Amino acid sequence: MLDVKAGDDESFNLLLQKYRTPLVNFLYRMVRDTATAEDLAQEVFLRVYRARKQYSPSAKFTTWLFRIATNLALNSVRDNRHRQMEVSLDAPPVDEDVAPLQLPTREMRIDEHMVERDRADFIRGVISALPEKQRVAVLLHKYEEMDYGEIARILDCSESALKSLLFRAYETLRVQLAPLVSPPARHAGKEAHHEM
Amino acid sequence: MKCEDVSKELIPYLDRRANSADRHEVEEHLAACSACHARAEELRKLWTVLDEVPVIEPSFGFDARMRARIAEEPQPRWFRWFVPQPRLALSIALLLAVSVWMSRLPQDNSGLAGSAQSEHEQFQVIKNLDVLENYDVLSKFDALDEVPAEQPAQPDKKNDQQQQDDGG
Repeated sequence: MLDVKAGDDESFNLLLQKYRTPLVNFLYRMVRDTATAEDLAQEVFLRVYRARKQYSPSAKFTTWLFRIATNLALNSVRDNRHRQMEVSLDAPPVDEDVAPLQLPTREMRIDEHMVERDRADFIRGVISALPEKQRVAVLLHKYEEMDYGEIARILDCSESALKSLLFRAYETLRVQLAPLVSPPARHAGKEAHHEM
Repeated sequence: MKCEDVSKELIPYLDRRANSADRHEVEEHLAACSACHARAEELRKLWTVLDEVPVIEPSFGFDARMRARIAEEPQPRWFRWFVPQPRLALSIALLLAVSVWMSRLPQDNSGLAGSAQSEHEQFQVIKNLDVLENYDVLSKFDALDEVPAEQPAQPDKKNDQQQQDDGG
């Protein structure tokens, strides 16, 4: 990034090559739309390019990159939600962070989702239903494999608060994805090979 | 360690990022608490389930579109250093206008001329000061002879005559 700051366009291309896939995937898991995710990823890179002169190596580049991406993704999700709210004004307001956890029965999840969607789509849907902050925390922790300090800086919270946030998020996922987490015996052999 | 305390350290324990002390405490608790042990096992399985989400690749034209957008960005040019900013230009213009206006104001020099004249007179006095202080010069100064001698006062004569009468 320091080379980019010095005006080396080739270094910017290297950054683009290195981070475009994780960035597009992160944004896709946030907004669940490929075209929107790519548009947002381009906006992130554009902002990085515009702000290259002001870049300070005090923080990790990925922290800076994913902080921009998180802000853009959350704005996009909120704008989209706002548009949906305009259509259904009678719907009760939902505050994601304080809303009580609704635990559907396992049969209901299977009936509603497993039959009509494939597993990956079902998992994406459950992740995207998490409260915003929990969703970002899980995506950065599980899929970007960032350390706790870096995620805490992106989310602007303490590491202790992040650990609690992650626990609540994974607990919700564990319950929501129970049909997949505790499957019939045919999946047991496959899962024994994986480890967290 | 209680169940609620374990919950905070359970994820760092499972992703192997907990420090050795925390890890040891969590292991002790899991060995003693079947509920937390079962939860930990389910969270391990959840981890593998989350891995089922496939990674998507950016579309073929992603890089080309990105380069096109970068190319549209205004590039820094050297002569911009010499182009003043509008606010700066306005400030300089106002400063120049005020300077010109002040330089054309009519100036009142009478006070200055008067003070210059008095300074000239003082200079002349100081210039002749040696002459005035020289006693020899003053005593031989002819112009002093023309000054009339001082006359004795009349009341004194009357007093002398009265004293002679009293004595006689």
